[in-house]
Amino acid sequence: MPADDAIKNHAAERRLFFLRTLVAGGVLCLLVCVLVSRVMYLQVLRHGYYETRSQDNRMRVQVMPPVRGLIYDRNGVLLADNLPAYRLEIVPEQVDDLDATLDRLGRIVEIRQADRDRFRDRVAKTPRFRGVPIRLNLSQREVARFEVNRGNFPGVEIRAGLTRHYPLGRVAAHLVGYVGGITARDLSLVDDKRYRGSNHIGKSGVEYSYESRLHGYPGSRVVETNASGRSLRELEMHRPTAGESLYLTIDARLQSAAYEALGDNDGAVVAIDPETGGLLAMVSKPSYDPDLFVDGISHSNYKRLISDPHKPLFNRALQGQYPPGSTVKPVMALAGLETASIEPQKKVWCPGYITLPGSDHHYRDWKRSGHGWVDMREALYRSSDVYFYKLALKLGIDNIHRYGAMFGLGEVTGVDLPRENSGIMPSRAWKHGSRNLPWYPGETLNTVIGQGFMTATPLQLAQMTSLIAERGHSFKPHVLRAWKDPASGRINDTVPTPLEPIELKDRRHWQVVIEGMQQVITAPRGTAHHYVGQNLDYSIAGKSGSAQVAGLAQHQAAPDIEDVQRQLRDHALFIAFSPIDQPKIAVAVLVEHGGGGSSVAGPIARKVIDAFRSQPPVLQASARSPR
Amino acid sequence: MSANATDSPSSLAEWLVYWRIDLQLLVALICCAALGLFVLYSASGQSQAVVLNQAIRLGIGLIGMILIAQIPPEWFRVAAPWVFGFGVLLLVLVIALGDTAMGAQRWLDLGVVRFQPSELMKLAAPLTVAAYFRDRSLPPTLRDVAIAAALIAVPVVLVADQPDLGTALLIAAAGGFALYFAGLRWRVILVLVLMAAAAAPLLWFNMHDYQQERVLTFLNPARDPTGAGYHISQSKIAIGSGGLFGKGWLNGSQAHLNFLPESDTDFVFAVYAEETGLLGVAALLAIYCFIVARGLYIAMKSQDTFQRLAAGSLSLTFFIYVFVNIGMVAGLLPVVGVPLPLISYGGTSMVILLASFGILMSIHTHRKLLAT
Repeated sequence: MPADDAIKNHAAERRLFFLRTLVAGGVLCLLVCVLVSRVMYLQVLRHGYYETRSQDNRMRVQVMPPVRGLIYDRNGVLLADNLPAYRLEIVPEQVDDLDATLDRLGRIVEIRQADRDRFRDRVAKTPRFRGVPIRLNLSQREVARFEVNRGNFPGVEIRAGLTRHYPLGRVAAHLVGYVGGITARDLSLVDDKRYRGSNHIGKSGVEYSYESRLHGYPGSRVVETNASGRSLRELEMHRPTAGESLYLTIDARLQSAAYEALGDNDGAVVAIDPETGGLLAMVSKPSYDPDLFVDGISHSNYKRLISDPHKPLFNRALQGQYPPGSTVKPVMALAGLETASIEPQKKVWCPGYITLPGSDHHYRDWKRSGHGWVDMREALYRSSDVYFYKLALKLGIDNIHRYGAMFGLGEVTGVDLPRENSGIMPSRAWKHGSRNLPWYPGETLNTVIGQGFMTATPLQLAQMTSLIAERGHSFKPHVLRAWKDPASGRINDTVPTPLEPIELKDRRHWQVVIEGMQQVITAPRGTAHHYVGQNLDYSIAGKSGSAQVAGLAQHQAAPDIEDVQRQLRDHALFIAFSPIDQPKIAVAVLVEHGGGGSSVAGPIARKVIDAFRSQPPVLQASARSPR
Repeated sequence: MSANATDSPSSLAEWLVYWRIDLQLLVALICCAALGLFVLYSASGQSQAVVLNQAIRLGIGLIGMILIAQIPPEWFRVAAPWVFGFGVLLLVLVIALGDTAMGAQRWLDLGVVRFQPSELMKLAAPLTVAAYFRDRSLPPTLRDVAIAAALIAVPVVLVADQPDLGTALLIAAAGGFALYFAGLRWRVILVLVLMAAAAAPLLWFNMHDYQQERVLTFLNPARDPTGAGYHISQSKIAIGSGGLFGKGWLNGSQAHLNFLPESDTDFVFAVYAEETGLLGVAALLAIYCFIVARGLYIAMKSQDTFQRLAAGSLSLTFFIYVFVNIGMVAGLLPVVGVPLPLISYGGTSMVILLASFGILMSIHTHRKLLAT
């Protein structure tokens, strides 16, 4: 439509534009006047005032770092504490020769090369009149030695501060995490204004994921100083705001019991309160001492942790991705019932292996002689592989994937802890995407018994167990139960997020599967009856899993477990919840290369649930603060 | 007859005409930039490297400006929508990439990509609006206004999302000025201003935490006496202690005692005001006003709607830079990252500014001299 209304009136447009320019010019003059009068106000009217301020611009703004929030378990037991500590600071502006000063200082207190490097880094990024720490956490002896020599070191000061301490140490290291020195990279990810004057920032675990709540807001003091920088008097003061204290869903006693129960094994235990999704315990073994990291870990200690073949820094509960083995059978059984692929009472013949049409490959049962005729409950409690192979042929990989995903497999749970892994719930699309290959029928058989491509984290298995325990209605796993507002002292509870509910076509299907899981422990031929089911005075449902790590050659005889090198042994897994009717705890146990799920992982789960029942958690009343 | 149809130029005047340079603009720009180099030398703690760096960028910018002046204005009109579209594409891309790379954080590592599209938009947005109105009868219909406004909103929202509020506001201003010169009715302007005022709370809730923090700090410097509040109170001390005549070049104690942060970039005006006093400030403002006035004069002399709108809006945008930067350093406006034109240390924005003056020169020197 442009040029046809080209009765453009050029003269009128010119007039219009001229008028507009005139108005703009007027406004512009007005704005220039605003600027000029502002500058005149500053430079003429208030010149005297600012002149004085500039003269004695010996005022220093000192940052007062906030106190980091504490971390408690659900009963008010301290998991992360602040201890008083002394640090040595240098104000670069007040020191003539930094290197010489550092050298002389090194004769009085220990100063490592790493300290020097870190100091250099921070000096470059800090205004020169601000103190920069050279050493944190001085010993009493070092403090005394410096105080004696203080006169020789203008511009060097000792400051009292707080440092982090973890009372539970390695028992909760992976969960609580640790703080460490702030790096430039850390600062690029946070609001660096809040970190002026702070030395620590959360590096892992809860310390990392709730960093912004724990840290608080710095305050400041404006002080007048004399020429050599000594403070004369305080002019202004803005108090820092302490960080929020956090109350976790964790029960410290249960955490310790789980840690003990794992013994010398490498592995993980995750215990969840299925009624809220709150983690009751999360242990990964081997562990490490988080206190080592707080003030900068020494090179040798760090190297030892990094080169340890048992990978103590690796959080197996959240990041370890293991084939879940038979622990997924309850979910697969539900898939069978829901898709009407099988009736619960239908008996299936288990000869110890099956073959697929057109192939002579033997898909074996873990029990070479087979289980004979088994129905669904029996297939669950005796853990018949062949029963599930035959079910898999009816289900197909698409259904297997759908039901696995429904229970959260193959996807991160979204727990409020960092660096969680997702595991793999394989599907046609997944295989096409990751390997560019079609799906083969044999792989369906591997998947239904939690082998092959399938992997899951212990946390995912615990979440899956929660969902079964609650008959499809549970909550997202989380560790934060409440936080304390530092200003009012009020404790606020978090609201758990419900998981997408699993609605079955027939609610009785839950019953079938849960009965099968109960019989794992109570039936005389249940896989865990001997290891878990003795002297029980409560109801419990469970499922064992032994995930193959190294495949056996086709017709090779199964070797004695003790002969197999430890690295080739199966991973032992066990999931359980209790009591059956109103579940209060759901547990997933993984023991790396532990061998049998029932014999090795089962007793650990039992110990955890025993400990939970002997000391039921006494939830702190929300309004009351333990400190 | 076209001005440069003659052979090689012999006198300076002919030479300037031949190269399509507007002498008055050029002199004013060079004066301003030279002043800038002196201030930078002082503000950077007498660093020759900083001054040299800035001088090189200035040289590149000036050469770029003269090259741009050779291009007939018609070309800008044709190119503007394409550059605009390409810039929007880059902005979208950059947001998509930024998100996957950094999650919810501000992004960091895309340094080069981050600047160019948003800086380019400062030119492309007003030129595109001007090009849109070229063949339409003015004042524009409400429909045309709506289309132009939507056009401006796209880059503004994308840049604000980066988040770079300062640049987003400048793009909005540049596009808005083109609309204003197109003859946007006063009634509509009034309604827009009222709507903007009403939408302020909305904007507030959409701001990032740190942006809200800046505004709060502006309203109450004690909130953050070590950060932005500190900048402002220190820069006020610097300006105020300068007095009528200033403390003299290289004698600004505020800047040199390191009390004044960012003294060579966004806060360079404080150093200048401290060392040259009210007289220096008046001189600098006079140069700026002359540049803007010259730009508006070029706009009035230009011969079609596109050129008028483009020249007018580029000139006013330049003034907005000046006003926002000085207003912020003098404690009149909240701290937004807007440099002081031709003085602040930094490359991209200066090159873009000089490019806009290249366009002004092109518009002025390609006029067809009709016998009227």
